[in-house]
Amino acid sequence: MKKVAVIGGGVTGLEAASQLAQMGYTVTVFEKNSAAGGHVSKWDRLFPNRRHSIEVVNELKSYLNGNPAIYLSTAINKVTKKDNRFQLEAYNQVFEADAVLIATGFELFPAERKEEYGYGIYDNVITSAELEGMFKENGYPVKRNGDKPKRLAFIHCVGSRDEKVKRPYCSKVCCVTAVKQAIEVKEAIPEAEIFCLYMDLRMFGPGYEDLYKEAQQKGINFIRGRLSEASELEGSRVLIKTEDTLSSKPLKMSVDMVVLMVGMSPAQGTDELIAALGLQPNKDGFVEITDYHLNPVKTKVDGVFAAGACTGPNNITDSINAARSAAVEIHKYLNNK
Amino acid sequence: MIDFGFAPMEVSVHNMDTADLSLAHWINLHDETFNHCIACGSCAATCTAGQFTNFSFREVCHAIRRGEIKSAIDESEKCMLCGKCTLVCPRNVNTRNIIMLIRKANLTFRP
Ligand SMILES: Cc1cc2nc3c(=O)[nH]c(=O)nc-3n(C[C@H](O)[C@H](O)[C@H](O)COP(=O)(O)OP(=O)(O)OC[C@H]3O[C@@H](n4cnc5c(N)ncnc54)[C@H](O)[C@@H]3O)c2cc1C
Ligand code: SF4
Ligand code: SF4
Ligand code: SF4
Repeated sequence: MKKVAVIGGGVTGLEAASQLAQMGYTVTVFEKNSAAGGHVSKWDRLFPNRRHSIEVVNELKSYLNGNPAIYLSTAINKVTKKDNRFQLEAYNQVFEADAVLIATGFELFPAERKEEYGYGIYDNVITSAELEGMFKENGYPVKRNGDKPKRLAFIHCVGSRDEKVKRPYCSKVCCVTAVKQAIEVKEAIPEAEIFCLYMDLRMFGPGYEDLYKEAQQKGINFIRGRLSEASELEGSRVLIKTEDTLSSKPLKMSVDMVVLMVGMSPAQGTDELIAALGLQPNKDGFVEITDYHLNPVKTKVDGVFAAGACTGPNNITDSINAARSAAVEIHKYLNNK
Repeated sequence: MIDFGFAPMEVSVHNMDTADLSLAHWINLHDETFNHCIACGSCAATCTAGQFTNFSFREVCHAIRRGEIKSAIDESEKCMLCGKCTLVCPRNVNTRNIIMLIRKANLTFRP
């Protein structure tokens, strides 16, 4: 039976592996972490309908019943092609396959690179991903001193739409995540005052605009301006500054907590992984696909496919669609070989 | 006509059919980053001049795009050319150069 290697055991890799196994291929997933599920297993409740992420991850993991098999704690560092076969190199191990799916996902933008926002310096500047962790752990956000914050600001586009940090693209999911998280904070701490600092609210998916309206109904405040800088005040409060572009006046305010909506950056290591195959990342650093309309999972190398967040910012729906699309393309490729 | 004792106000509408976009075109010709602005307001939020007067680089550029040339040229005088805005602009708009262009344009374009 022909063998397919899937690199990355996030939602994309797991879904594709399950589809390919059902088609009769021998499928192996390689996951560098000690558990499968990727980033989604770090989130608490998901947009658009606030379903618990664990439901999604557990269902996908339940497909791992021998075929597909999974190697955990196995990072693939290099892939090479010889005589239509692929060699996958992990730390002191080599695996073989007839086709390869790259599903290495993304990495969170390192917020400390926006030094002027004070992440890693001020006590109560956190990332959206850390807020998901707090929801998972306590059901509400906590300040460094253990108290519940009463006034919070969500900062959109941190490490996205920003040429100063070489992230010119929009990360797609952070607007709706901010609005979702704002609603969740308001529900957990009803007396909290919440502000979203945005440039555009990109509510492109089903149910997203409804979440925005729900946030408005719950009294979340929207300020149209990008954060210019943050500084720490007494009592670990944070002073933030922006321009209120709708009234053309500089605006400042102090809050108990700042949540940075960190963008989706290319996963480290994927560059080197594909370099040995002769593949280049696209201009934003993600894996390049050859046809954005008619074949959004095909790379320039025959037999190598890419799906999910490793090709650019996306949500779970996009990931699952790309995974299935990749399964079909891999099937076509192996059938014609 | 019945005289109600007051006249209609001067229309306060952006009429893009008659707006004078010559300065906008001219600036863009000399510095294409003029059109890269996404109106985020970072420049105005960090602006030294904007803390004391109601001056916003973003607003000046916007006025030019709507044909409000005179007010834009007048406003541009408030800039101190300190360059803080250039450091923060996420689209790498060449802010100081654009201010210089607006000032230079004063001679040719001021209505
Ligand atoms: C803050 C935040 C909240 C979000 N909330 C939602 C939401 O509510 N709803 C929604 O639909 N979407 C949400 N998303 C988007 C969602 O997280 C992504 O769409 C999804 O994680 C993409 O899945 P993936 O499998 O492609 O990538 P990932 O989740 O990144 O998984 C990739 C996997 O590959 C592994 N890997 C990487 N390199 C290697 C290697 N060299 N060898 C072996 N393994 C490797 C990684 O360890 C990881 O497990 C959110 C995103 C962010 C940033
Ligand atoms: S989705 Fe929203 S917050 Fe995220 S990068 Fe795009 S515009 Fe910015
Ligand atoms: S260069 Fe001019 S517009 Fe820019 S920050 Fe300085 S004073 Fe403000
Ligand atoms: S900082 Fe740059 S993109 Fe933002 S409003 Fe100013 S000129 Fe435009």
